[in-house]
Amino acid sequence: MSEVATGRSLFPKLSSLARFTFVDVVLWALRIGVVMLVVGGSVGTLIQGRYGAVQWFEFLVFGITIGSVYALVALGYTMVYGVLRLINFAHGDIMMTGAFAGYFAAAPLAETGFLDRSPVSAMFAIFAVAVATSTIIALLTERLAYRPFRKARGLAPLICAIGVSFFLEQTFRGAFGAGVRAYPDPKWQKGAISFFGFGVPILQIMVVAAALVSMAILYLIVQRTRMGTAMRAVSEDADAAALMGVDVDKVVRFTFVLGGAMAGVAGVCYAFVFKQVYFYMGFTPGIKAFGAAVLGGIGSVPGAMLGGLFLGVVESVGPALFLDGIGVTAPYQLRDLIAFTLLIMVLIFRPYGILGERMAKKRA
Amino acid sequence: MSAATVDLAAAAHPRERPPLRRALGVGLIFGVVAVYGATVGILPLMDARWIIVNVVSLGDAALIAIALGAGAIVATRSKSSDFGTLATSSLLAGGVAGSLLAFLAFAMQVLPLRRIFIALSPALLKTLTFGLGAPLGGGVLVVGAALLAVLGFALALAPEKLRKPVLVGLAFVVVFGVFQELIQIMMQSGAATDWLRGLIYTWEGLTLPGALAIFILACCGSYLWTKWLRRPAQEWFVRLSPAKQGHVRTARVVLFVVLLLVLPIVAGSYIGQVMMLVGLYILMGMGLNLEVGLAGLLDLGFVAFFAVGAYATAILTADSPHALASYTALPSLSFWAAMPIAVIASVVVGVLFGIPVLGVRGDYLAVATMGLGEIVRVVVQSDMAAPLLGGAQGILQIPKPRIGRFELSDPVQLFYLTLAASAVAAYFAWRLENSRLGRAWMAVRDDEDVAQALGINLVKVKLLAYGLGAAFAGLAGSIFAVMLTSVYPSSFQLLVSINVLAVIIVGGMGSLPGVMVGAIALVGLPELLREFGEFRFLFYGVALIVMMRVRPEGLWPSATRRRELRDEAGETVPNEPAEAQSLGAERASGLEDTVS
Repeated sequence: MSEVATGRSLFPKLSSLARFTFVDVVLWALRIGVVMLVVGGSVGTLIQGRYGAVQWFEFLVFGITIGSVYALVALGYTMVYGVLRLINFAHGDIMMTGAFAGYFAAAPLAETGFLDRSPVSAMFAIFAVAVATSTIIALLTERLAYRPFRKARGLAPLICAIGVSFFLEQTFRGAFGAGVRAYPDPKWQKGAISFFGFGVPILQIMVVAAALVSMAILYLIVQRTRMGTAMRAVSEDADAAALMGVDVDKVVRFTFVLGGAMAGVAGVCYAFVFKQVYFYMGFTPGIKAFGAAVLGGIGSVPGAMLGGLFLGVVESVGPALFLDGIGVTAPYQLRDLIAFTLLIMVLIFRPYGILGERMAKKRA
Repeated sequence: MSAATVDLAAAAHPRERPPLRRALGVGLIFGVVAVYGATVGILPLMDARWIIVNVVSLGDAALIAIALGAGAIVATRSKSSDFGTLATSSLLAGGVAGSLLAFLAFAMQVLPLRRIFIALSPALLKTLTFGLGAPLGGGVLVVGAALLAVLGFALALAPEKLRKPVLVGLAFVVVFGVFQELIQIMMQSGAATDWLRGLIYTWEGLTLPGALAIFILACCGSYLWTKWLRRPAQEWFVRLSPAKQGHVRTARVVLFVVLLLVLPIVAGSYIGQVMMLVGLYILMGMGLNLEVGLAGLLDLGFVAFFAVGAYATAILTADSPHALASYTALPSLSFWAAMPIAVIASVVVGVLFGIPVLGVRGDYLAVATMGLGEIVRVVVQSDMAAPLLGGAQGILQIPKPRIGRFELSDPVQLFYLTLAASAVAAYFAWRLENSRLGRAWMAVRDDEDVAQALGINLVKVKLLAYGLGAAFAGLAGSIFAVMLTSVYPSSFQLLVSINVLAVIIVGGMGSLPGVMVGAIALVGLPELLREFGEFRFLFYGVALIVMMRVRPEGLWPSATRRRELRDEAGETVPNEPAEAQSLGAERASGLEDTVS
């Protein structure tokens, strides 16, 4: 519509200027303000030169580490949204359940020394327990909470998802206590391997590797298997897929299984990075990962991976790069601020994300 | 794979399941609920509260209710009317539910489960097995549950004349037992009631004779009411002229208000405090109701407006280094002067919040507003804003409001302040609902594009929704600040937004009485059952899911919404005359709007 209008108008810019309202002024002020903050802060920080190359490298590596965790969680959001058009608000909490299950596997393994003696098989066991738990819980939430809303429109599914999120959090709080439990901290994770002369902790390499392997498997499943094809078909058009003989129920279940498994891996990785589990831990990374999924273009699998990595790096480098330069005290407290601002800016200015144009156009 | 196919087949033909399998399913569900309650720690907590001292605890009552319920569900949901089959199936359902719990008890005795599940304490094992040890106690548990299920089944099939008085009697005993502290305090206010109190209560709670007396009285009362009094009362009401019927309704409202005014004086300051909290949530609920219920804008950052109201009041009135008066030339204001400013500040913030998210719709809007709310909290909590807002320590020493020389310091006095504020706000909300603006909001809620095509200015209408909704929250925040005499960022978590959302969803979106019902159910009840405070959010989560599934229109829905939801489902609308009446009233007010 608007393309036609501007195409015919002799002075398209003038006519759009006439419709330039107060709201546009505010939105432009917001855009320009954020850009100025980012540019000004970066220039200020770089001129001050408070951080050396080693520190920047550390920020970057940490960003990639945490970003790959976000990417794993974002995959769950994006796949479920693709298939059901539902924001699975409880997905962050499903990640939390994986982290808890991993803890109950890891704690005895660390006590008996098995985690130190044979790290590979121990880590494998921990991941297996976590993935199994979070997958089962994801399936249960789908069956008990989301399936009745398959055809519902409006706010009901989202509100129900918020309820599920609360239910999971509070169940874990009740069953396992409100306190923070410390994750085991085996020695081998602290060792470093040198890359281009910079040391990178083995833990972070492990996290990135686990994430990459899981994402590769997921990508192969989605692209190469019959089930993956069915999944893509349902996310293109559920009704048409059903007419072509795709069992939509089965596809939805499969989607939740994949998302839950990714969330389980992510939960263990997240808990090993921050060395703690508690019932509320899934909330913030969940919201951020949703932001990452939107950033990458919701419904797009590669988009979620890219969005997660991007968000992780921005969040990790951001406080030092953008905020330190403008003289903010204690910029690290504002890490979440950067992530949330990015989330909101994406939702406002580019809700179809980086790789999501195709999908956004189709829905319009 | 085969399990999945079986499941699908069962889902496809739910009616054809054989009764015993169905009973097995019901028993499993009820058993899982009981095991869940034990594992999460609700059951042990309930067990600590007596209904009848040294006889029945709330936990026992919950287990008994689960077993009875299993039998009753089997009886009412089954199509078969063969008595023998039904009795066996309810026996089976109860037995299955009981054996799940018995299995838990056995597992607790054998395995060191407590290292993982902190709620599975030895005390719980002792109550579950009646102190007999797992094998014997478990057996008792299974048999008891099965027998109770049969009792439940019998009760469900019993004629209403018998069932209703029994249920009413039990309900009265439970209420008198569970809320014994409260009722005892209230009964102490008069000499006669205090004498009565001595008859049925000890200091610990209800005595067995007292409970029996209450049960019998309630039974008889209920029986008499249904048998002789209900019909004449209804007939009397119907025979009155419409004007007189109106008087009766007004009288009911007046009675309710008088009760509200008197209750905190009689029941003491604790009840006053609870009622005040309920009032604050009613205020916020009415605000969010404008946004979500009328305009359909799901706002999860609502707590930010509450925080703005509280912080604005704090920096304008407090006697602390963070107050404006301490580092600018502004004088320190009284609460009465600060409150309007706080409300205006909230409105401004509400509009500022609204502008960027104007174009965001549906689910994305919920996440975007939640992000905005979190940003506000992160900023307030950070050291960056600490010189202005006190950081994590917050702002202390906010004076209580004064009228002349009289200080409103008691929770009960502050409750009256909240009540007055709620009354004013409710009047505004009520007028807004049926105004031109309210109609515009509803149009935007139902279809944004059509509303715009009909000439509704989306920008104006949406910003008004955010601004006015924020005003209610700002007022609540302002009172909250003087209630606590201090503000901290930790009081303004996302949980508050979800809490308010749960209140309006449980009560009924777009309905003013619904907001009150929701606030009483979700804020008042958990506050009265203090030890369950930590489980209130679990309760909210369950409430959100169950309400969305079972009763999406809420406990006390608005007339329009009920019609919409019920008509879609193809059900007949109950309560026809009342419906038509309120519909007529609505039409009339709609006409007024058009005329004026």
